[in-house]
Amino acid sequence: MSLYFKYLLIHFKSQMQYRTSFWLLSIGQFFIPFSIFAGLYFLFERFGQIKGWQFFEVALCFAIIHMAFSLSECFARGFDMFSGLVVKGEFDRFLVRPRSTFVQVLGSKFEFTRVGRLLQSLIVLVWALSNLSIEWSAIKAITLVLMIVSGVFIFTGIYMLAAAMCFWTVQGLEVASIFTDGGREMAQYPLNIYQKWVARFFTYVIPFGTVNYLPLQYILGKANGNELIHMLTPVLGSLFIFPCFLVWQFGVRHYRSTGS
Amino acid sequence: MKMYLAVLRLRLNMGMQYRAAALAGVATQFFWGFIIIMVFEAFYEHAAMTPPISIKELIQYIWLQQAFLVFVMMWFRDNELFDLITSGNIAYELCRPSGLYGFWYAKLLAQRLSSALLRCFPILIVAFLLPKPYKLEPPPSIWAFLLFLSSLLLGLLLLVAISMFLYISVFITLSPMGSLLVFGVLSEFFAGLVIPVPLMPVWLQKIAYVLPFRWTADFPFRVYSGHIPESEAVFGIFIQLAFLTVLVLLGRAALNGVLKKVVVQGG
Repeated sequence: MSLYFKYLLIHFKSQMQYRTSFWLLSIGQFFIPFSIFAGLYFLFERFGQIKGWQFFEVALCFAIIHMAFSLSECFARGFDMFSGLVVKGEFDRFLVRPRSTFVQVLGSKFEFTRVGRLLQSLIVLVWALSNLSIEWSAIKAITLVLMIVSGVFIFTGIYMLAAAMCFWTVQGLEVASIFTDGGREMAQYPLNIYQKWVARFFTYVIPFGTVNYLPLQYILGKANGNELIHMLTPVLGSLFIFPCFLVWQFGVRHYRSTGS
Repeated sequence: MKMYLAVLRLRLNMGMQYRAAALAGVATQFFWGFIIIMVFEAFYEHAAMTPPISIKELIQYIWLQQAFLVFVMMWFRDNELFDLITSGNIAYELCRPSGLYGFWYAKLLAQRLSSALLRCFPILIVAFLLPKPYKLEPPPSIWAFLLFLSSLLLGLLLLVAISMFLYISVFITLSPMGSLLVFGVLSEFFAGLVIPVPLMPVWLQKIAYVLPFRWTADFPFRVYSGHIPESEAVFGIFIQLAFLTVLVLLGRAALNGVLKKVVVQGG
């Protein structure tokens, strides 16, 4: 763990060497989701609601999923960029070091410019929360945090799966972006607006539903049935990372160097 | 002219090499298309007022957008050209016995064209075969189809003319990221990629109508679905032509301007 923080610090220092570029990129990262959010706002201005969900409820959903996405992109970037390591054969170096490959790959790259995106979703979050009348309790606050954490775990898990695929395909697969970028785009609305099969797939296979739909119902007081279950779903969603981790371990064992 | 055609053909062949990447892109775009359509379906289901574009027209709009995504996206760029400018290898390009504007224009055009040719047919064919609500319908008349084709081609020419300004701006800023961002976010938003232009609030639509961006993609797609009637479409094509002439002339002048100031350091 201390090794991970050392990686973090070094990357932070090195990215801070190019300060202007860093700030410009961060501002850019601020504006990309901003235009998407503007689109969302205009749609609600015209239609008023989406299957019974109000604007600020969806904005809350949007903020949570984008926060989770930007955090995982910042800290799990190493897995996202992993195909480069395999193609160049640099992964061999990781294998000979007496530390777990997981920590080393995780620490191989950080993208701190995502702070812009994070800030944008934080503003949306605060705006949405201040306009929603929620009866707050400690448990609800914990649920909110759990939702974000669980989102980070799920996105990281997908990155790991995609990275593990590189052990067999060498080249990175663009298909993985369906589940990262596509998943983000889809999960910014509550899951029940979609067709049943989509909602099922993204609840039981890739558990975005446990981040943005089930606990959201609980926070907004829309849940019917056992509230405890709704509250704990983000925890269940986080478990998604374990099979991903196993696949990763399995992949590492089958790794054959490209030799370059 | 013959030389530009040769550049075009060469680049087309190069682009065709990346078939696997194109297939992966097709899968991604299908998923996106479905997600966007479902979101709009949910919005339309309880719409209080009748929206300015029907769901059927909207679905066609979205499939066409996915099929011809490279005709809209500013992000689809040629990093080679950026490298040429920032590394100073531009000197070699200047030695060529041809106008730089036309040369680059042909290059960029071919890139977008080859990528679109690879991607659009699988998407269009499958979208045609989908079950009813998601189906891509044929255009209302043969005239609408011909108008769609010509406006789509003009839109592509227009987009390449706009993207030339992106490369020209790098001569001044020397870092592509900033200009890419401004161009990317603005042009994609006003071309209706985030939300279709007819669904924007009225004041925003007014802005979009003045800017050239919507003529690249929004206009041909709406001609296809019949949302823009044929008589208006003919008029629109003239506006496209006017924009194209102005932008090409401006771009050529701007490029010549920055080339005069260009300083290539040895190395």
